[in-house]
Amino acid sequence: MGVININQLTKAYLLGLGQTKIVALEGLDLEVKEGEVFGFLGPNGAGKTTTIKVLVGLMRPTSGTAQLFGEEGSNAKVRSKIGFLAESPYFYEYLTALEFLAFYGQLFDLSKNDIKQRSSALLKQVGLESSENVQLRKFSKGMLQRIGIAQALINDPELVILDEPMSGLDPIGRKEMRELMRALKSQGKTIFFSSHIIHDVEVICDRVGILVHGKLLAIGRIDEIVEEKETLEDAFMRIVQRGVPK
Amino acid sequence: MKWRAVAINTFRETIRDKILYNLLIFALLLIGGSILLATLSIGEQAKIIMDFGLASINLFGILIAIFLGVGLVSKEIEKRTLYTVLSKPIGRTEFLLGKYAGLLLTLLVNTSVMLAGLYLTLMLNQFRWGLPVLDVEARLVEAVFMTYLQLSLITAVALLFSTFTTTTLAAIFTLSTYVIGHISADLLAMADKLPTKSTAILVKAIYYILPNLSNFDIKGLVVHKVPIEPTYFFLTTSYALLYITLLIATAAFIFKRRDF
Repeated sequence: MGVININQLTKAYLLGLGQTKIVALEGLDLEVKEGEVFGFLGPNGAGKTTTIKVLVGLMRPTSGTAQLFGEEGSNAKVRSKIGFLAESPYFYEYLTALEFLAFYGQLFDLSKNDIKQRSSALLKQVGLESSENVQLRKFSKGMLQRIGIAQALINDPELVILDEPMSGLDPIGRKEMRELMRALKSQGKTIFFSSHIIHDVEVICDRVGILVHGKLLAIGRIDEIVEEKETLEDAFMRIVQRGVPK
Repeated sequence: MKWRAVAINTFRETIRDKILYNLLIFALLLIGGSILLATLSIGEQAKIIMDFGLASINLFGILIAIFLGVGLVSKEIEKRTLYTVLSKPIGRTEFLLGKYAGLLLTLLVNTSVMLAGLYLTLMLNQFRWGLPVLDVEARLVEAVFMTYLQLSLITAVALLFSTFTTTTLAAIFTLSTYVIGHISADLLAMADKLPTKSTAILVKAIYYILPNLSNFDIKGLVVHKVPIEPTYFFLTTSYALLYITLLIATAAFIFKRRDF
């Protein structure tokens, strides 16, 4: 059994006054194994964020299941084993970096001492130790992304789910994020992340999945997905174009 | 006890909000300024200050409860801060309870500061006229307690609207509930005089569904030293608690079923 198990997951919305039905995900099957770094690729509107939202319990599936460690993400208990960073995250800007991490630590029932130790280690790890008493409203986008990663790791999670973690980061920030993900992998953590940036996926992922219009069109190791003399970007373009309805 | 972390965070958020300070300073200025107004009447200065002060506490309490209450959940949705919180091991009902408790704490602190301001103004008035400084109406606490109950109820109304609509609409709905809640006795009287039976039933239904907020208004009785039975406090408190429980249960029912 994988750390993430998605079986026949379908998510449909009713939009607008006419209640138009939009199918965001259709019969998605996916398994992520322990210790893997899994890259979830797809163009805008493919359903990556919807999949992640169902996984972490922010959305309910229309049909099918999305399980973490054998439990639905809507079960609050199972969420104690995960760390999550949303896409372009917004945080409580009136909090200082330390207060911010302490708040999330309390949601995991961590002791004051644990929160103090974890917060100071994480702020050092993400390079924000000199800003620990600065309110988040004064943070740049890159700093917010880094404090976002720190909150996702406050509980020392077994599984880290990141939605577009590289978005808005400059090349240095992206490199640091890749290094951080490698460090997490070396600690035995499972990482599931979505991205638009194919190069990042190529250099750090064990396996990738390509989602187009709510359907998983390819899944496997990069060498299983690319054809001869193809880069992952070429393969991505080929698969996406095949998946776009004429 | 994760709701406590949410409550403390909400309290921290509200006390760092400039709106709160603007309203609080304005309220204190009004309460303090009533000492000037009181000079217009001879012999009734304390009554005027109490009337004016209690009305200010009520008005500014309501403004704070509505302005901050409607943003409790809708602002978290609009700003997407909710995504990170709800991905943690906290139930949605517990989160709602934390938000509610946090704002109640803010309201408690504000109401206490305004009440302290009112007592200070009354003492200054006593001092000014050469009367014993501490000889001020102790029963103001009773009136402010009832105001606080009303604020708690209005905050629960705001929280309910906040779970399924935008901040602006929630503010309009909560304000409407507050206004209708104060004229609900008139609604009942009006229902009996309506020509069509269906309209009368509708108006009566509104009367029974919406809270009767005039129950919480004992300002006049306190200022004019009319005694109030302890049973009245017990029944009104029970009424508020029951109403708040129903409102929060409905808010939790809606909130648990929402997709974000």
